[in-house]
This record gives sequence, structure tokens and C-alpha cells, in this order.
Amino acid sequence: MFDPVRVARDFPIFSRGDLTYLDSAATSQKPSSVIRAVEDYYSCCNSNVHRGIYRISEEATELYEKSRENISHFIGSTDPTGTVFVRNTTEAINLLSYTLGRKLAPGDEILLSVMEHHSNMVPWQLLRERGVVIRYADIDSDGKLDLEDLKSKISRKTRIVSLTHASNVLGTINPVSEISRTAHEASALFILDAAQSVPHMPVDVRSIDCDFMAFSGHKMLGPAGIGVLYGKQDLLSDLPPFMGGGDMIREVRLDGATWNTLPYRFEAGTPNIEGAIGLSAAVDYLRNLGMEDVRYHEKDLMSYVMKRAEEIQDLIYYGPRDPEIHGGVFSFNLGDIPAFDLESELKGVRRPESSHELHPHDISSFLDQSGIAVRAGHHCAMPLMTRLGVQATSRASFYIYNSRKDADKLFIALENAKKAFAR
Amino acid sequence: MNDEEISVEAILDHYRNPHNYGKLESSNASFTEFNPICGDTVHIQLSIADGTIQDARFVGRGCSVSQASASMLTDLLKGKKVEFLESMTEPEFLGILGIKVGPAREKCALLSLTAAKKAVKGAT
Ligand SMILES: Cc1ncc(COP(=O)(O)O)c(C=O)c1O
Repeated sequence: MFDPVRVARDFPIFSRGDLTYLDSAATSQKPSSVIRAVEDYYSCCNSNVHRGIYRISEEATELYEKSRENISHFIGSTDPTGTVFVRNTTEAINLLSYTLGRKLAPGDEILLSVMEHHSNMVPWQLLRERGVVIRYADIDSDGKLDLEDLKSKISRKTRIVSLTHASNVLGTINPVSEISRTAHEASALFILDAAQSVPHMPVDVRSIDCDFMAFSGHKMLGPAGIGVLYGKQDLLSDLPPFMGGGDMIREVRLDGATWNTLPYRFEAGTPNIEGAIGLSAAVDYLRNLGMEDVRYHEKDLMSYVMKRAEEIQDLIYYGPRDPEIHGGVFSFNLGDIPAFDLESELKGVRRPESSHELHPHDISSFLDQSGIAVRAGHHCAMPLMTRLGVQATSRASFYIYNSRKDADKLFIALENAKKAFAR
Repeated sequence: MNDEEISVEAILDHYRNPHNYGKLESSNASFTEFNPICGDTVHIQLSIADGTIQDARFVGRGCSVSQASASMLTDLLKGKKVEFLESMTEPEFLGILGIKVGPAREKCALLSLTAAKKAVKGAT
């Protein structure tokens, strides 16, 4: 088992000494090995890939393709041609909605859940123009996916089930292998938003048997602007192109073009070469820690956080109480922060000065004064906020460089915030 | 206390005990403005006669900065000409609030001013 305090020493940003970073669900910090990998690439062999017939271009191409293989192995795929480099999760899901969407007919259904990030919701909603119907599986009172509800909404009309592996708000880890089977039994495609799982736990695309999967490099120690769309080879081959341009073609004539092989068909234009190399270094770093241990560390930390949370009066937190199915994300409010309702507010049902809630914005500003970085707001999950009946939440998210000490700092600062804002 | 601490205290005072909170029966101009980033909401109600703001009230929910600024603005507007509100610039209003806010929270501080200006535009 690794020691998070020692891990933190590998991350230059913590040499500032004044930072308690609890926003890794938004983006993670970067270890020196990743920063160095990007720098080394620029210093040793920067050039364009797949084009130059000269040494450094061949070296760059090899580094880029080795990175693809490495990342592909990391997610349990044996076939690197199914690993397409994109900018981020959002782009991967847009690629899927655009290409798969072209094959859908009016009345076809796509099943999502109410806990999805906007990036696994809005790209699918765009298909409503074509008469595609979007349905949403609900959650239960513990913030778990309601599997009965999900199953009742799958039918012969369901063409795609697209679901987050781990919620960026509730922390809920969904039973994706089971849902994958359910989707496949109905002949639907199963797509996994793994933005919050690949960085935090072992993920194996073969055992989950997902058809496509999306994740972002920047949330897993890698650079921003690089992400992955994984797809099963035969399914990817079937998709029409997404963006046209250089690299994605085999041959271009004035009256048309033919497409390149996988994965290049989906990598139009000069790719983010240094991003891929940096992400590969990030994967090396995580593999060296061991993804089982990463998961164990976060589970342990979350058990501690939930225990501490119980000691704070008026603290409400969201998501499963069972740390086995709760990732390193802790969303909470001090007091109830219900959605604003003009009618009842004008009727004077609730006087602001008599309530003891503390708004997430005030909490995050206050914590910032002690160097604690947390997020406040809707976390790109507005429908989930509505479902929870809250206007917003605060969110502390933990990663490999966070220890119990960071959790202690958070809770001490929260007690102080309550005093500072007491009405 | 330095100047900044004094104004933070002032904000907290208004947040703890908001002035002019609730329904304005005589309102003939109102608007609800909200910040989609954080959900902060302010609903401003004005009662305007002969080009003068006779009374101002608000309801809302959100962080201390957004709610205190609505409390201070409604205090400020009472008895003022509509043009006073229309010509008030964002930097002027931030100056009146007297707190230093970063770009993220500037939106919270300005929410009430935006709501009030929009209320006047749609006034009946
Ligand atoms: C569950 C989930 N899906 C998708 C995304 C979108 O990731 P990106 O902004 O890197 O495209 C995020 C990031 O916040 C996320 O948490």
C-alpha cells in the first residue's frame, strides 16, 4: 500500500506548501514524471507523426503509437486500434452521438440516467431533432441507480444505453457489468462514461463488456486536451467518419475520398502527440501504484470522511453510505439548500435569517482562505441537482495524494465556516 | 479592523439580517435573475411612480454576496429616480458594496443590479 504523503512529493504543485487540493474530480494534479515526459518529447523529437520520412518523425510516431498501446493495455484491451485519441470524454461522447445517431430512426430510444454529467446527456439530447427518444433511469434515496427502474425502461426500442461508471456528484459506483448484460440482452449498445472510474479503480473493458468507453487524461494525472474513446473493433469499423481532414483519409480525389483504417479514421488532423505521451506516463505512474491500491486508498479515505461527516451538525451529504460503492467524491451541504421557488418565497414560508444553511459558494470561498480547494455549484449535473431537490452542493474529491490529514483540515475549516457565518 | 474587514462585516450583517426581504404588494416592476453556474437567485420588486422608485423589496436564495448585495441595493434604490438605477455602472455598484470579489463571485455581487435593471426595462 502506498503512502499518500509520499505520493504527494512526486507532484511539484504541492511544493507551494499552502494547497489542500480537494478537486481532483474536476482535474487531477500532475506528477513530475508526466511533466518530464512532455518536456522530453519537445526536447528530443518534436515533429509531426505519420508523415515525415525522417528520423525524428519516425521517433515521434513510435512514441505516439507506443503510448496508444500502453493506454490500451491499461484498460484491458488487447487491440490498440480500438483506442482512439480524442480531446476528452466530452468529445468521445459527441463522436458517438454524431456517428451512431446517423443510424437511428424516429422512435428509437436511448437510455441514460439522472445522475449523468451534462457531457453524457446533452450530446444525446441533440438527437431528439431526429425523433430519437431519450429516457432516464432514476436513482433511489441512497443515490444508487434504481436498477428496477432502469430495467423497466429497456425495451426492443432501446438502441443505446449510455451510463456513467462512477458519478462525479454522488460518488456512486454503478454495477456496470450487470447493466451491460441487460443492455445486450435487449440488443442495445452499451456505452460507458469512465471519466470518474479509469483514474480511480481497475477498469477492464473486456470483463465489463462495454461496446464503447470514454475517459479524459486530465483527470488521471495526464495533460489536458487528451482523452480516449475505446470501441470494439467491429463496431468502430461500422461507424461513419466524424471529422474530415488529414490523417483520417486513405485517398482523396476531387469528387470524394476513402477512409483510413482504425483508429486513424477518427483522428483527423494533427493529434495531441505530447498529450498522448504524457497520458502514457500517467498510466505508468498509476500502474506502478497499482489500481487495486488506488481504489483501496480512496475507499479507506471515504470511510473516514463519512465518519467525520456524521460529527458535524447540519451536514447533509449525498450518495451511498456504503464505501464499497462510493468513489472518492464527497458532495455535501451545510443545512438544506433547496431549489428556489418564487411563489412560496413570496408567501414568506421561509425567512432567510431564521435558517442556518450555508451556501456552497460561501463554503468554498471560506475554505479557499485556508488553501482548501473544493468545488461548489451544480457540477455539470443540473438534472441531478433537481432530482436531489437542491440548488447546489459543495464537493470535495480525493485522490492518491490526499490523506486523512486533508480530510481533517476540511472538517476543521467547515466548523469554522459555520461559526463565521452563524446568524 | 481594516477597511476590507469592515466591509466583509457589512456584507455578513446584511446576509444575517437582510433588509427589505419579502413580497412588495405595490410592485409594478419585478424580475428574477439567476446565475446558472451556482444557482444563486434574486427576485427584485420595485414600485415606481412618477419616475421615482417608491419602494423596493427582494426575495432570493444564494451565497452571502448575492443576497447581501440585493439587501444593500434595495436600501439604496428607495426614493431614487429610475435614471439613477439605469445609469449605475457595474464598477460603481461594486464600489458601493465595498468588497473585493474575484471574477467568479463578481457575478454573484452583480446579480441584484442586473435584476433591478431588467425589472425597470419591463416595467408596466
Ligand atoms: C462523469 C463525468 N463525465 C464526463 C466528464 C467530462 O469530462 P471532460 O470535461 O474531460 O470532457 C466529467 C468531468 O467532469 C465527468 O465527471
